[in-house]
Amino acid sequence: MKLSIQVNEGPYNHEASVSALNYTKAALEAGHEIFRVFFYHDGVNNGTRYTTPPQDDINIANSWSELADKHGLDLVVCVAAAQRRGIVDEGEQERNGKDGNNIAPGFRISGLGQLIEAGIQSERLVVFGD
Amino acid sequence: MSETKKLMYVNRKAPYGTIYAWESLEVVLIGAAFEQDVSVAFVDDGVYQLCKDQDTTGLGIKNFSATYKALGDYDVNKLYIEKESLEARGLTLDDLMPLVYEDEDDDWAEKDSIKVVSSQEMAELFEQSDVLFNF
Repeated sequence: MKLSIQVNEGPYNHEASVSALNYTKAALEAGHEIFRVFFYHDGVNNGTRYTTPPQDDINIANSWSELADKHGLDLVVCVAAAQRRGIVDEGEQERNGKDGNNIAPGFRISGLGQLIEAGIQSERLVVFGD
Repeated sequence: MSETKKLMYVNRKAPYGTIYAWESLEVVLIGAAFEQDVSVAFVDDGVYQLCKDQDTTGLGIKNFSATYKALGDYDVNKLYIEKESLEARGLTLDDLMPLVYEDEDDDWAEKDSIKVVSSQEMAELFEQSDVLFNF
């Protein structure tokens, strides 16, 4: 089945992100196709490469990047939500005159149309968050 | 993307306190460009999103309630609000903003966008939708 995933919460305050990560892994192992993972609301905070949790804890942002690298996942961070919360890639850095960027490998910043498209193109849109 | 799907946006949260309602409305506005069959549901505390006379001055945050009035211009004119959620909060249709659209199939007559439905009818609307966007 062709699935898309929506992640609405940040990586540590809420279990939604790690649940989405586990679900995505399990879906891929079961042979399903993941059309896109879309990060919205505080979910955009999964897309920073600057998280440094204690060594005995999971690095959720890195786990998404690794999964994207292994399976060629399309990890999309909503641009409007990212701008509010300080998630920046090179393009956004230049456009908004920021002194750096923090997007994690495998993530890209794009518009909300990517979420709508994912909903239309996929057989199921699975949403994680309250 | 030539196929048309039935998209339903489900709003479950109060307009302020968290950003879900506002960022949901942003999705609805962007989604309008995709020319799909769109409807918007308001259940639980989501019914507060449509209350009239919202005033956020004391909160110091943006009052976005006027944006709902633009939905009709975006051809988003099927707004379903759950009767039981209204009643549980002591609200009636009179407490909500009048939201209208111009019906191009009826000589641009102005019609109400908001329709109050029972939870049973709401469940059927969910069932009939191809994609549910939950907020």
